[in-house]
Amino acid sequence: MVIRDLTLAGLKKEQLLNLHYTMLLMRHFEEKAAEGYTLGKIGGFLHLYTGQEAVGSGVNLALEQNDVVISSYREHGHALAKGVDPNALMAELYGRASGVSKGRGGSMHIFSKEHKLFGGYAIVAAQLPIACGYALSAKLLKENFVTVVYFGDGAVDEGAFHEALNLAQVWQLPVVFVCENNLYSMGMAVERAWAVSSLEPRAKAYAMDYEQVNGMNVLDVYQTAQKAVKRARETSMPTLIEAKTYRFRGHSMADPSSYRSKEEAEKWKQTSDPIVLFENALREAGIANNDDFKKNDDRALQIATKAVEFADKSPMPELQSLTEDIMVDPTGAIAWRRPR
Amino acid sequence: MRVITYREALREAMREEMLRDGRVIIIGEDIDAYGGTYAVTKGLAEEFGRDRVRDTPLAEGVIAGAAVGAAMSGLRPVAEIMTINFSLLASDQIINTAAKVRYMFGGQTNVPVVFRMPAGGGAQRGAQHSQMLEAMYAHIPGLKVVMPATPYDAKGMLKSAIRDEDPVLLIEHELLYGVRGEVPDLGEEYTVPLNRGDIKREGTDVTLVTFSRALHLCLQAAEELAHEGISAEVVDLRSIRPLDLDLVLDSVKKTNRAVIVEEGWKYYGTGQGIAAMIYEYGFDDLDAPIGHVTGVDAPAPYAKNLEKAVFPSYTDIVAAVKKITPVRSGR
Repeated sequence: MVIRDLTLAGLKKEQLLNLHYTMLLMRHFEEKAAEGYTLGKIGGFLHLYTGQEAVGSGVNLALEQNDVVISSYREHGHALAKGVDPNALMAELYGRASGVSKGRGGSMHIFSKEHKLFGGYAIVAAQLPIACGYALSAKLLKENFVTVVYFGDGAVDEGAFHEALNLAQVWQLPVVFVCENNLYSMGMAVERAWAVSSLEPRAKAYAMDYEQVNGMNVLDVYQTAQKAVKRARETSMPTLIEAKTYRFRGHSMADPSSYRSKEEAEKWKQTSDPIVLFENALREAGIANNDDFKKNDDRALQIATKAVEFADKSPMPELQSLTEDIMVDPTGAIAWRRPR
Repeated sequence: MRVITYREALREAMREEMLRDGRVIIIGEDIDAYGGTYAVTKGLAEEFGRDRVRDTPLAEGVIAGAAVGAAMSGLRPVAEIMTINFSLLASDQIINTAAKVRYMFGGQTNVPVVFRMPAGGGAQRGAQHSQMLEAMYAHIPGLKVVMPATPYDAKGMLKSAIRDEDPVLLIEHELLYGVRGEVPDLGEEYTVPLNRGDIKREGTDVTLVTFSRALHLCLQAAEELAHEGISAEVVDLRSIRPLDLDLVLDSVKKTNRAVIVEEGWKYYGTGQGIAAMIYEYGFDDLDAPIGHVTGVDAPAPYAKNLEKAVFPSYTDIVAAVKKITPVRSGR
């Protein structure tokens, strides 16, 4: 009998289980963050990624280490996929000095230079023009990185989306636009907000390549992203990906969820949980079993739990850091006084 | 020394910096094929190519956002915004991104970008094309806002701005592009710092604090006042943020009187900010209330006579000075 490695979407068991682990890490991390918010340990706004894990983990698997990720305020999952330390990420949510952004950014402003996760931005759609700038650097400085930018279905109604898509196409920028269409921008349903039913006509308006993908199927996401990343890397052309997904929790922790029915949300959770769907696929292909899944689940929960412990015992930022890092130039402040 | 225009000075600054540093690029509307709305960028695309001198679609938001992103990732972009009035469409990226990312990302990044744009009125361009608006940007921590008024300062400050590691708004003035002035010969390298004002005329009786095109009105007024026995010192701020406050305070300490002169609106603007700082830090040096000469509190009108009335003239400055400055006897 010839024994050969079983694969799915060209991925071996180890890669597939890593992917599974990434999704579980996102899930447990967000659950722990929700707990922290409820306990009053996390303030401000907290936008969770729960339900959308297949998008960030699938896209990220198509990237090389040198590739750039830029995101919105719903970016914890993207950061974890890119390799950002869960401890430093949770510490940022807790507003601690050991956070990725020294506690000055919070949940919406995650940034890790080391991992080329260049920012969570909290002005809807503002990150798209910024991503064009990164892609312009890649092109002019002959650095062969691809820039991926994530945004939601609300962002596509902002002018910045249209300006960025047009510029990326006209300037032939190596950028992949990933719209995570979770059907609601805060409480506004896409069918009430969009004049069209998908992003295809909007991509066509800018002569841009468009891919729609089931954002609950991580392997479909991965393969779609692979095509777009290859196009960007090899031909320096952009792609618009629309990943159809659903957030299992509210827009933020402050969301009353008055705009959608409990039944609707339950149905998505029961029939379309991206982690469950992926486990089913792995099981059916005979690649992995419940023991493998349990192992990943335990490990992810342990890492998320440790992240909370780390964050909770980390010190608050020093008060003197309040006015640090506003500018590189220390004389850049208003009313600069010369040393006497 | 040579005599060149403000426009040529800006062009020389960009050309020299592009020759010095391959990472410097220019992006903006009509900077290449059209030759620059105010002809500042004329010839640069021919010399440096269309990769580095890039005409953009008419979309200020993405011009600013792409310039910020490019600056965060290794380029040194100079973004030309056609006028400061249109910068309001770019202001989200200037205020919410450029001024914030270094701080909110814990010092992991910086934004070495320059936004060039003309402000001001006086050419019958009407309400939507004649605003100053510098105070709006100077209000924001994280930005530098500089407003050179002479060819020498324009060239030296633009060169400094391009080398600066922080976001700089270099605000020009629509009526300054043709102004001529002395600059060092080509090949004679110089820069002007972004945190120093400049005494453009020394005096002993009153301090005129000003910036941008109003400098030239102040110099004209100082000349007139000299004939009437009042010696006015003219302080050109050059930079609004950071503000060279010591230069202002030292001058007021000497003259004991100050008149602030600006083209923009009176209320909640740059001049009132400076007046508050003089009162706060130099109150004991004042022998009279601070005078303030500004534009009229109205949108800019089109009709020639109305427009002439809306902006301050040098005679307004002379009158404001005389109101608080006694002519010394024995002169």
